[in-house]
Amino acid sequence: MEQIWQGLIKALEMLVQGDREVLGITLLTLKVSGMGTLISVLIGIPLGVFLALAVFPGRNAVVSLVNFGMGLPPVVVGLWVAIFLWRSGPLGFLNMIYTPAAIVVAQAIIAAPIVTGFTIAAIGQLNPKIRLQIIALGASRVQLLWLLVREARMGLLAAVIAGFGGVISEVGASMMVGGNIYGSTRVLTTATAMEVSKGNFDIAIALSVILMVLAYIVTFSLTMLQQRGRGL
Amino acid sequence: MLKRSVLVWVAIIVLAMALAGCQAKTEQAPRDTAKAPESKEIVLATTTSTQDSGLLDVLIPYFEKKTGYKVKPIAVGTGQALEQGKKGDADVLLTHAMSSEKPLVDEGVAVNYQLVMHNDFILVGPENDPAGVKQAGSSIEALKKIAEKGAVFVSRGDKSGTDTKEKSMWKTAQIDPKGKQWYQETGSGMGQTLTIANQKLGYTLTDRATFLAQQKNLKLVIVSEGDKDLLNIYHVMQVNPDKFARVNGAGGKAFVEYMVSPETQKIIEDFGKDKYGQSLFYPDAGKKVEELGK
Repeated sequence: MEQIWQGLIKALEMLVQGDREVLGITLLTLKVSGMGTLISVLIGIPLGVFLALAVFPGRNAVVSLVNFGMGLPPVVVGLWVAIFLWRSGPLGFLNMIYTPAAIVVAQAIIAAPIVTGFTIAAIGQLNPKIRLQIIALGASRVQLLWLLVREARMGLLAAVIAGFGGVISEVGASMMVGGNIYGSTRVLTTATAMEVSKGNFDIAIALSVILMVLAYIVTFSLTMLQQRGRGL
Repeated sequence: MLKRSVLVWVAIIVLAMALAGCQAKTEQAPRDTAKAPESKEIVLATTTSTQDSGLLDVLIPYFEKKTGYKVKPIAVGTGQALEQGKKGDADVLLTHAMSSEKPLVDEGVAVNYQLVMHNDFILVGPENDPAGVKQAGSSIEALKKIAEKGAVFVSRGDKSGTDTKEKSMWKTAQIDPKGKQWYQETGSGMGQTLTIANQKLGYTLTDRATFLAQQKNLKLVIVSEGDKDLLNIYHVMQVNPDKFARVNGAGGKAFVEYMVSPETQKIIEDFGKDKYGQSLFYPDAGKKVEELGK
């Protein structure tokens, strides 16, 4: 119990004093996971909308693959990305292993199926008559898609929230492709794991609290955005 | 009105994320342009004990300041570190399992192989010492007692330097602990393994540095130490740049030279003295392995 208090006090200390090391790690976490989420959204929403609306043979197989991908273990993604990015790997010439960009790639791969899956569900849930009505009103294809996306925005924001939640919380992939390098690829989750193995439980608890606060702030902002739409 | 504000919000968030992305990119830009030969970056694959004891946090900043290189330390078990060296995925290795290092040197994968420092392995266990290990004459005796009593023994089980050492000790004791109920393999680093041994009231083999650094969290005590064959010897070596096109030869060389320089050796000797009252590692540059522990 005492350890928990020590950790909480340490967290407060770090936050109040604006510990530069922790601040750096926190900003990096936000940057990397933000970028990873952004890329997954840029891939996942268009892909999800397409899969929700398109009719083609094998569609169900593709959708089931996406649904399967929603549960991809981060450590598996990390391993595969690492295999490709290691110097000895096929993409080794990019010199990307152990950089923040490598984590962004791994996290985008983790989050993309999540965002896609949620998007398929969000668009699929819309009343099919809406589509017919919009077309009947003479909308162009682009206008139709835009209106559908607007109509499904609550579900789509849920997709973004879930995607972000998936990447901010993962440690396996970041550790493997980032290497937990101080000042470069040490994010909150890998730093927490490292402090545990160093036996610095107070710092580890402090970092975990900071991670949760950060995740909550971002999720809160997205939720505000999502629920604002309710009045419409 | 509301619709517009939603759009504004979306725009703000997207912009913020894109901005964050740009920043991340500008930071990487110099790294990407500085490609292989004249790269200022070196990947150091090393054992967990150098990170978990805090030694790397002291050594690397000095090195970076002195030489302008940027070190990427990847703290994994010695087994994995050597494996990364074999594939040319690291530039320089700092490890502690001579029997596994030797093949790399023989094959010419590792060059500039230098003795850096040593400390020793110790057997730690619960205070009440259920297997009566403290009475054992040697560490091998100790293992025999543990096996006889079936007392919990927590093993790294990760092919690290410590793990390699432990396996060879069981071999000497002519015991095959694999699969026995009292023998538990964690597959994780030294720090984590000590925590697990602590929780399970088990015995484990650890390097002295990690144990001292973690002692504040542990109820474990040293039950066997001081054997000559418990020496824990660290070597630094370059991954051969002639074998792998992308290995940073100059950077690796600079790091090896730094590790054996008198200045660094002094830092190693002083490391931990203020906190633990004793050195965690003993500098050995220029010595021969046979001279150690005498």
